[in-house]
Amino acid sequence: MKYYLKYKRYNEYSILIEWPAVIDEDILTNIINFKNNIENSYIESLVEVNSAYNSILVIYDCPIEDVNGKINELKRIYTYLSDANLSSTYLWEIPVCYNEEFAIDLDHLSERLKLSKSEIITRHSQQIYTIYFLGFLPGFLYLGGLDKLLQCDRKSTPELNIKKGAVGIGGNQTGVYPQNSPGGWHIIGNSPIQFFDAKRYNPCFAKAGDKIKFVPIEKQKYNEIINAIALKTYSLKRKLLK
Amino acid sequence: MITVLEPGLLSTIQDLGRFGYLDIGVPICGVMDSNSAGLANILLGNEKENAVLEMTMKGPKLLFNVSTQIVITGADISPHLNDVSIDNDKIHDVKKDDILGFGKLKTGLRAYLAVKDGFKTDMVFGSRSFYQPVTGLNQISKNLKLAINKPILSVNNTVQLAKLKSVDFSKQFLDVYRGPEYSQLSKSQSNKIMETPFLVSKLYNRMAYQLLPIIENHLDSIITSPVLPGTVQLTPSGRLIVLMRDCQTTGGYPRVLQLSESAINLLSQKKERDIVKFKLVEM
Repeated sequence: MKYYLKYKRYNEYSILIEWPAVIDEDILTNIINFKNNIENSYIESLVEVNSAYNSILVIYDCPIEDVNGKINELKRIYTYLSDANLSSTYLWEIPVCYNEEFAIDLDHLSERLKLSKSEIITRHSQQIYTIYFLGFLPGFLYLGGLDKLLQCDRKSTPELNIKKGAVGIGGNQTGVYPQNSPGGWHIIGNSPIQFFDAKRYNPCFAKAGDKIKFVPIEKQKYNEIINAIALKTYSLKRKLLK
Repeated sequence: MITVLEPGLLSTIQDLGRFGYLDIGVPICGVMDSNSAGLANILLGNEKENAVLEMTMKGPKLLFNVSTQIVITGADISPHLNDVSIDNDKIHDVKKDDILGFGKLKTGLRAYLAVKDGFKTDMVFGSRSFYQPVTGLNQISKNLKLAINKPILSVNNTVQLAKLKSVDFSKQFLDVYRGPEYSQLSKSQSNKIMETPFLVSKLYNRMAYQLLPIIENHLDSIITSPVLPGTVQLTPSGRLIVLMRDCQTTGGYPRVLQLSESAINLLSQKKERDIVKFKLVEM
């Protein structure tokens, strides 16, 4: 499937490519495919390509002199887009402890959504979420697929210190804070998994296009996983999708 | 080696930044004022990629454990070597056991210390730029040792005479391009943004500069999209936020303007209550 794309110069050394302004899995697949094709083409002075829900930013290492030439080069790649570079996608199982100790906003959220705490947990952990892209913080996944009944406005004032691993809901999104950070989402659990580790060859296991599922665990299991990660004996469960 | 005797207010090792990791959410980072940092490296005959020490407002106190050559550029923080004042933008020979210190901030905000061959602190993902989740360090601290090479021979550098100039940091105009959402602004909003002298608020750092006053705004948020250093966001409450080198990789506020590279460099030398004005330029 091909879309009508808009190409705009973003600054001296980058070009923005925009898809229709909707969040959609077919657009995601098209974006990932185009991004892979750009990265695998020979493009002079290309540095990197960053993507989000409906756009790609193509960054060069020096000011662009012939912007039309650069745009035509990208358009040509889009015209002859090949699926050959589509990499495998995985479904990752992310353990989450929803115990009271971690779920600091669950009571409040339960009143607000008029759902029992266990129903919130069930609805949160039965969905399969799509990773649209990573941004905000190293290892932060932008996920699509939150149950409509769990959607809820963000807190009006962000908390200053959300704990690493905190699992939150805000607006129509859910996600995991990969490190301590300020944040305005309602916290309903904590995952022991490291979403970003600069010491690993591959610092972040997940990528745009992969899927994830949250699997409820008890505190004991949570501690076991923390220990196993410290001993480097833990490996995350994943399933090859395609 | 250089030993940190006092860290200063915010001193970080920076190079031109970390590329290739935006898609896992790692910001580019790098020197805030690439013009001043580049000048320091050029004067020393270094590569432009060599890492420098970026010092903010209040300089550190540093003990040299080896002899080398240094250049200080950018803000004038009254540098002195063994208690004798030295000038910015000049090569200085430094001997083992010399102490470099700083005094009062006179112009700008961020100064750069380059040493011959550059700082050799840890390189992570192709860059030495400090960024806590990646390098584990936010800034230098007391007693930290910063690796540098001992130069093999001292070279008389004639580049020193070249017509390289540091920028006048009191300039107020920031050259900007139209951002992707510029066209969504009303005529009165875009006029307001172009005509208002903005003040740097107290919220300014390596991630972003927030400006005052706020302007009237009815624009909605956008679908989260890529951003870069220099992107000017307009929040629902009407606040203009200029993203800087440590900014996040994506954002959901309309991107109304984009600073040119030279404007990012100039803004990096501004501090609270300094005045800036936007000047629209074509790319």
